[in-house]
Amino acid sequence: MKKGLKKALSVALAAGMIVPMAACGSKGGSTSGKSSSKGKVLNIQCWNEEFSNRLADHYPGFKANDPKKPSKGGKIGDVEVKFTITPSDDNAYQNNLDEILPNNEKASADKKVDIFLVEADYAKKYINAETPVTEKISDLGITDDDLKDQYQYTKDVVTDAKGDLRGVSWQGCPGLLIYNRQAAKDTWGTDDPAAVQEHVKDWDTFKASAAELQSKGYFATSTVNDTYRVFSNNVTKPWVSSDNKIQIDDNLMKWVDMSKEMVDAKQCTTDALWSDEWNKGFYPDGKVFSYFGPAWLVNFSMKQDDEKSIAYNGGWGMCQGPQGFYWGGTWICAAKGTDNADLVKDIMLKLTCDKDIMLDIVKKDSDFVNNQPAMEEAKTNDEYAFKVLGGQNPLPMFCESAKSIDLSKMGDYDQGCNESFQNCMKDYFDGNATKDEALDKFYKDVAKKYPNLSK
Amino acid sequence: MDYTGENIMKTKNNKVVAYNKWGYIFLIPFFVIFFIFQLIPLVNTIYNSFFENYKIGLSQVGPRFVGLGNYVELITKGHLLKYAGNTMIMWLIGFIPQIFISLLLAAWFTDPSLRLKGQRFFKTVIYLPNLIMAAAFSMLFFTLFASGKTAPVNSILLHLNLIKEPIKFFTSVACTRGLVGTMNFLMWFGNTTILLMAGMMGIDQSLFEAAEVDGATSTQIFFKITLPLLRPILVYVLITSLIGGLQMFDVPQILTDGKGGPVESTMTMIMELNVHLYSKNLGLGGALSVILFIVTGILSFLVYKMTMKGQEE
Repeated sequence: MKKGLKKALSVALAAGMIVPMAACGSKGGSTSGKSSSKGKVLNIQCWNEEFSNRLADHYPGFKANDPKKPSKGGKIGDVEVKFTITPSDDNAYQNNLDEILPNNEKASADKKVDIFLVEADYAKKYINAETPVTEKISDLGITDDDLKDQYQYTKDVVTDAKGDLRGVSWQGCPGLLIYNRQAAKDTWGTDDPAAVQEHVKDWDTFKASAAELQSKGYFATSTVNDTYRVFSNNVTKPWVSSDNKIQIDDNLMKWVDMSKEMVDAKQCTTDALWSDEWNKGFYPDGKVFSYFGPAWLVNFSMKQDDEKSIAYNGGWGMCQGPQGFYWGGTWICAAKGTDNADLVKDIMLKLTCDKDIMLDIVKKDSDFVNNQPAMEEAKTNDEYAFKVLGGQNPLPMFCESAKSIDLSKMGDYDQGCNESFQNCMKDYFDGNATKDEALDKFYKDVAKKYPNLSK
Repeated sequence: MDYTGENIMKTKNNKVVAYNKWGYIFLIPFFVIFFIFQLIPLVNTIYNSFFENYKIGLSQVGPRFVGLGNYVELITKGHLLKYAGNTMIMWLIGFIPQIFISLLLAAWFTDPSLRLKGQRFFKTVIYLPNLIMAAAFSMLFFTLFASGKTAPVNSILLHLNLIKEPIKFFTSVACTRGLVGTMNFLMWFGNTTILLMAGMMGIDQSLFEAAEVDGATSTQIFFKITLPLLRPILVYVLITSLIGGLQMFDVPQILTDGKGGPVESTMTMIMELNVHLYSKNLGLGGALSVILFIVTGILSFLVYKMTMKGQEE
């Protein structure tokens, strides 16, 4: 009995060692030779379910394993599609990319990342890397002619220092002022976008209006951070000078001064974006007049599925606001070392260059897509009006705003600087530090994040 | 006589040697694990602390030998003393009530004349907070004390008409530090109670009886007999709690979203270490760890001295 057991065990152990070895051998054999576009697995790195949904809804030939949850993966032809979702919180998504991308070419065939997604805030980090981690778009076989309809700014974000394009996006994210129609009616007796625009046409007028709104019991914005991007997108110099000195733009100091006055007057709070306090304005009881954001903010974030929300009842309106800006956007990058280059190319072409597919995205997801003729067509068509805006079609304004976006001041350090700046200024707004103390702390914080920078 | 005596000694010695061998064999797993997961990283950390070594984006800077440069930078440029101060203040806020409550509870639980019912139940209950993950506990407090009108604590206070406007707990230095201290207190007083109880039960019962016969009051018994004899355990509790306090991280990290706000008043030394992870700054991070290591080492040495002294006596 005992002997038999021992024998069985040793056989099992030996088998356990040999089988994986054989598997390794066969794998190595099939992928040796040219590694171009023959991979069996398409690995996609992303931070939420947006891309998997886009792929499932709009890429012809994608079959999800679970149609209700495409992020669980699926198949395109005989290629298996795998999504790896790492949330952006605490820099986790980028830490993950930093770990795997530089070694991607050496990774085993089925583990090789083929596509990874980036946001504007840190795109430069990955496309300007000394040892490239992204393939050039031209190397994939996508021509300038294919990309001619895209908005220029979406290309600027992912163009590296040498002028090579290294990513594409299906989205444009020009931002507008999103206002609470009820608040506008209560305060000025009208919720017409053109009339409301007159009350928010520049920052001085906006501040005067904030006082009027306050007298009717409304907060002008939910938090100080709502207006931040509008200011930070309209700066005259980048965060870091060419000799690695940190510089604070005058426009950002304007934001600080305006925000401090508004906080002191209790016209907005100092809570963080995405916090529960920030969210409160999505409901009538939150008494918030405005948010600043692009199409995805209204459709994706403002709780439009909740019947108590303002969005569900179509209670928001949109107007240009004091200044043009953009927020977010997702870019598709091909990872260096991809073994599915042809498939990656096709996904890029279909999702970011195919006008019909892109119009479908507008219709189904109320997204603002990165295709100028498509948007020109959609802006005059009421079929594309937004339900959350009570039937207003904001696309003409988005088109206008998209043209004015200027990204020439964007740099490699933007994300860390923006986060630290907002965080340090909060102490000043809350009255826990003077302006100078807060600024001093900001310089120190940035130097900790990027030890090569100084004041 | 001589001969037989020697013989006995020999066999005894042989036996000791044989047992020793097994002792060493049983110790191997510990030493292997200690070597791989503690000693190597420790030496590595000390080594790294002498280099400039970090990442900007995806590009690596260094490693370049800078001697004690990292230590100098930490002490002159950083706020290390401030962070050490924060850590100590928050530790004290938690430790002072903790030691009082624990002493009181331990005295009650071990006093046979009180005949407390449901001791087991209460011992379990006071230990329970320690079983919850600190991060979850911290998240709970973060939600309870949020600044909105509908946040639990604010809404209770508003309904009781104690306040007119919701309080923003996390913009006040005292409140935030107080909350961190309270959480540490809640999490650790059960543990301390059990340690102190063990100490008190180790005291010879006849001493208490003698004191009672002599007509001492329970207060006198506590201060004149229990406390002095409990000293070694008290010192042990104090120092281990201090070492734990120095490494305070999860509670303030989650409560303040990693920012240590307001104005860095809840930034602890380990949180600062975490900040250097952003740029994968092995040099500065290493130097900070070494400083912490030395401080903790000194404190541990004190504990060792204390316990050894007790044994000698």
